[in-house]
Amino acid sequence: MTAIRRGSVLAALAVLAVVMLVPFAIVAMNAVKTPADYSSGGPLALPESIHFDALRAFWDRVDFGQKLWNSALISASVAFFAVVLSVLNAYALGIGRVKGRLWIMVLFLVANTLPQEQLVYPLYYLAKETGLYDTRLSMIIIFTAIQSAFGTYLLSSVFGTFPRELLEAAQLDGAGRWRTLWRVVVPMSMPTLTVLMVFFFIWTWNEFFLPLIFLISNENQTVPVALGVTAGDKYMDATMQSAASLLGILPAIVFFLIFQRTLTRGITVGAIK
Amino acid sequence: MASDVKSRERTAARPPSARGSYALYLVPSAVLFACVIGLPFLMSVGLSFTRWRGVGDPEFIGLENYRKLLEDDRFWQSFQNNVVLIIAMAVIPTLIGLVLAAAIFDFVSKHYGQRPASALRAAFYLPQVLPVAVAGVVWTWILHPTYGALNELLGLVGLEGHDWLGDESTALFSVGGILVWLQIGYPVVIFMAGLQRVDPALYEAAQLDGAGWWRRFRHITVPQIRPEVFVVLLTCTIAALKVFGPIYVLTRGGPGGSTNVPSYFSYQNFFQKAQVGYGSAIATVLTLVIVAVTFAFLRAQDRGERS
Repeated sequence: MTAIRRGSVLAALAVLAVVMLVPFAIVAMNAVKTPADYSSGGPLALPESIHFDALRAFWDRVDFGQKLWNSALISASVAFFAVVLSVLNAYALGIGRVKGRLWIMVLFLVANTLPQEQLVYPLYYLAKETGLYDTRLSMIIIFTAIQSAFGTYLLSSVFGTFPRELLEAAQLDGAGRWRTLWRVVVPMSMPTLTVLMVFFFIWTWNEFFLPLIFLISNENQTVPVALGVTAGDKYMDATMQSAASLLGILPAIVFFLIFQRTLTRGITVGAIK
Repeated sequence: MASDVKSRERTAARPPSARGSYALYLVPSAVLFACVIGLPFLMSVGLSFTRWRGVGDPEFIGLENYRKLLEDDRFWQSFQNNVVLIIAMAVIPTLIGLVLAAAIFDFVSKHYGQRPASALRAAFYLPQVLPVAVAGVVWTWILHPTYGALNELLGLVGLEGHDWLGDESTALFSVGGILVWLQIGYPVVIFMAGLQRVDPALYEAAQLDGAGWWRRFRHITVPQIRPEVFVVLLTCTIAALKVFGPIYVLTRGGPGGSTNVPSYFSYQNFFQKAQVGYGSAIATVLTLVIVAVTFAFLRAQDRGERS
């Protein structure tokens, strides 16, 4: 009796999981069809043969290689710089316990919850004034600040529990604060820092609102922006739309597979804090 | 606890001059935050008291923008729509996520092992890693009225197709449905992680008392992972209040404003109508709502932990 019940729960969960994945399957299936194949069989039929024409057409049309490079460059730079800043801040707040750290933490937390709509117009105006508008550098600067606000918040509580004995041992060995940070604290916290870096990379990769406004020229756009603005394009046929979707999905799935372990571990870290 | 006290004593024993040097580590961020967040924030709040078209000098008009907001039906509708999207992004995923996580944890990992449990979790989580803009493109195409997959599927079972995103009466619910799909993996993953902390002895005791699955779920599982439920509800509610990408890609706030939300409404005022002052007022109200929601949640959580 219970075995039957267990089995049916498993079956129900499996069906739901398949439903979750159906959109991915439909996209992949139609991205490799020819327009003729699509119009004769419709979106639910299996492709008669596999063609990469639609994928290639969309790739060339938006210069997708360039978009991938832009996204990768921005996200990797932000991930690196935001982790460095978070480490410096958390060192002062979590280990140094500087005066007024509670209020400084509140400031970081508020910065993290602010909607980007509140900042966008002044940022847009300032970027134009300083000549940073429509540059990838502008996105790197802005997202380094936004991501490190969260990183500081998370890392400060992690560093708050850092074993004091190690810090004192380093001090006895004659290491100054700067050396202690890079030789003791950072190496010991590497697992957490890696998780943070992965998060910052993916979050920045997925950002849409600010890149949509700041990166208007074709050669600076990121993957989500390139897809978002072509979504309503009347000149794209059905196969090209699914090809576009597939090209947007693939990098995300690649990250997912590479980072799956890191991600699940990291989400848990974030949740308990 | 003991180590906490110890460390505080040591901090106090440190000479005051040595204390100051830690503050130096905050300088790079202080400069960056002043330019990227502090200054723009103050400018934006200031602009909300002005009339400005983005060129020339802003004209100070006091609370006029806020007075106009209160009378603006589009503004109220955007918040009403946002409530529906909070239900779609926070409430429904939390409820479904609780049941799914508990079912995977109780039935699958205990009796079939870790591998199928991880596979299920991965399947539910996958949409979460997609850029929302990409998810939007996927669904615009699936829901397309003439060549989309959903209408085709409905046709196969003899139902009539529908312009899901183009019809005022269904657009908001279609967007909501997509957001449920997008969001569901997050609570599942967090709750599954939380369940690992729960003492198995609690379940065994309840089982001995003859409590069925549903009763154990309600009286043990849910109360035990309450901290996780709070975190998920708070972060998802804030995310829902900020939702922009799906609206931009799926409907651009239409048809007839039926899917407009405050963030998109402010964007329209900034960049389409060049009403920067009015847009700033909308953004400022949105910020206040988010801050208020955050405080309300944290207080409720605090009370919940104490009782």
